[in-house]
Amino acid sequence: MQMNMVSALNDALSIILKQDSKAVIFGEDVGKDGGVFRVTDGLQAKFGEDRVMDSPLAESGIIGAAIGMALAGLHPLPEIQFAGFMYLGFDQLVSHAARYRMRTRSTLKVPMIVRTPVSGGVRALEHHSESPEVLYAHAGGLIVVEPSGPYDAKGLLIAASKLEDPVVFLEPTKLYRLFKEDVPEGAYEVPIGKANVVKEGSKLTIVTYGTMVPVVKSVVESKKTDAEIIDLRTINPLDESTIVNSVKKTTRLLIVHEAPLSFGVGAEVAARVAEKAIYELEAPIMRVASPSFPYPDPGYERYYVPTEKKVAEAIDKILKD
Amino acid sequence: MFEGAIDYLQVLDEQGNVDQANFPKDLTDQKIVEMYKYMLFARALDAKMLSLQRQGRAATYAPLIGEEATQIGSAFAFRQQDVFVPNFRQHGVFLARGFPLDNFFIYWKGYEDGGKVPENFNGTAVCVPVASQMPHATGIAFALKHMNKDAAVISYVGDGGTSEGDFYEAINFAGVWKTPLVSIIENNQWAISVPRKDQSAAQTLAQKAFAAGIKGVQVDGNDLFAVYKAVSDAIASSKSGPTLIECVTYRMSMHTTSDDPTKYRTEEEVAEWKKRDPIARVKAYLVRKNLWNDEMEKQTGDEQLKKIDEAVENAEQFKPDPRSMYENVYSFMPDTLKAELDAATAANFWQ
Repeated sequence: MQMNMVSALNDALSIILKQDSKAVIFGEDVGKDGGVFRVTDGLQAKFGEDRVMDSPLAESGIIGAAIGMALAGLHPLPEIQFAGFMYLGFDQLVSHAARYRMRTRSTLKVPMIVRTPVSGGVRALEHHSESPEVLYAHAGGLIVVEPSGPYDAKGLLIAASKLEDPVVFLEPTKLYRLFKEDVPEGAYEVPIGKANVVKEGSKLTIVTYGTMVPVVKSVVESKKTDAEIIDLRTINPLDESTIVNSVKKTTRLLIVHEAPLSFGVGAEVAARVAEKAIYELEAPIMRVASPSFPYPDPGYERYYVPTEKKVAEAIDKILKD
Repeated sequence: MFEGAIDYLQVLDEQGNVDQANFPKDLTDQKIVEMYKYMLFARALDAKMLSLQRQGRAATYAPLIGEEATQIGSAFAFRQQDVFVPNFRQHGVFLARGFPLDNFFIYWKGYEDGGKVPENFNGTAVCVPVASQMPHATGIAFALKHMNKDAAVISYVGDGGTSEGDFYEAINFAGVWKTPLVSIIENNQWAISVPRKDQSAAQTLAQKAFAAGIKGVQVDGNDLFAVYKAVSDAIASSKSGPTLIECVTYRMSMHTTSDDPTKYRTEEEVAEWKKRDPIARVKAYLVRKNLWNDEMEKQTGDEQLKKIDEAVENAEQFKPDPRSMYENVYSFMPDTLKAELDAATAANFWQ
């Protein structure tokens, strides 16, 4: 069935609520309103107010309460309205969700999925376009997932619901309704911790994820570049072997993400490739990312987010070296 | 127009006299003796921890001395099925709830292995960031209600913690969701060096309950019977919603072993509070009723010290396994983390 990402996520949540009696969804406006992006639309009517409910407006309270629910045996799936507001719940995630298993030597655990929209490109107000994946990945103890299309979104969310770990599930706002894909009916899983080789190639490896996947695909298609495109799907834990094996084959590495350049996922990927395959590289590793400062107001975003032109130029340069 | 007032509850005064009208009906002599023993036990445990820390045999420790009535009085109000959510100073509650003493010492030596939560303990782990445990308590209470369990959550926070956003968010959520939460403020007058009056302009901390639309009460936190009564009543009414209980007590010692309170508070103030010692007044009550004497006190002290020493000895035998750090982060071992573990093992980093 052809679905956009919002419908695919809604379908996944419906399946999770049906299969897992411990699952509860809550957050700001997720009930009657179905969330500001309508990802939870209709779920309250279908599953009742004790499974899908609105919460007071307080991100730390939402994530902290979810941790308590998980400790007590429920499987909470809180929604945070925008990643830019999730910093208010950051302490709960890094100080508790990420550490509870370790703190109690696995006698207590926190199975939960915090869903939140990320990244820009939709002309939203300040704080509505953040790409904070690396903050959560760096904390350790949190699984960080970011789909780039409807099929992956549904399969990754269902797979994440099988984990006993806290998962930060990042949904690129721009991709919510950008395109439809064929999405199978019923439950299926896209494995967590495994990158997706979107397209095979032999001259260059491009590692990307989230909003930049369609951008990279479009450039590679129009330029007919013999590039291997890897969509990380999961940021933490990183699928190092898929990346390293690809780079050993292609001998060139370009990393593309929307989050700011400095200290980003690109730095981590580049370091790992340098450690494992530096002698097999025929050109310096390159990164294309947003500049190293916070996301601007919508008027400036077209000068900020990496464009097809920027990616195309990087490809030309790395193939020339 | 909104109207509200905060009641103050005292049952046992500083001389050991009882207000019969408020005396909890289920408090038998035997139970009071048992509670008194646990107050002594908690103070003895505290003294041992301080001495171990001073000898370099324990990491930083937050003493409880002075707060025994708040901790033991509340712990005895718990039913077995009720869930305990601590911050970092409720050693007396851990003790009274039967937390393994060996693990207690292993934890405070600095090893998570001591933080293992036994299956029937019905509690969460020590929580260091002030008030951040409060939303967990609300979430657990929500879960208990959601799963139709006949149980309540009893959580603890200090006076300083009531200034945190998490404190307010937690009681606010609990009010909206009408969760079975009993939230105890262990107001020991000091948040490290900041006195209660500089923490909040509110006349009582209990009145913060009004902002969340939940019940609030202030009790003499050095009064074993008052604390027991307030917490028991709150548990009994928890099905209809949460209660905030401010226990007014005093931190007789330092914030933690890294702190020197002589820098910021007077000896006179400490001496004033010493007169209201929570243990002395229960003892006065028990002695007057011929339920306790010095011989019993000595025998109890000896028995407790023996248990403590055995546990300390067991804890000293504990051998940390560095692999356990890597193995308890996720429900599975990611390849990248395994590579780090293998590298550390191969290089013998831990020898």
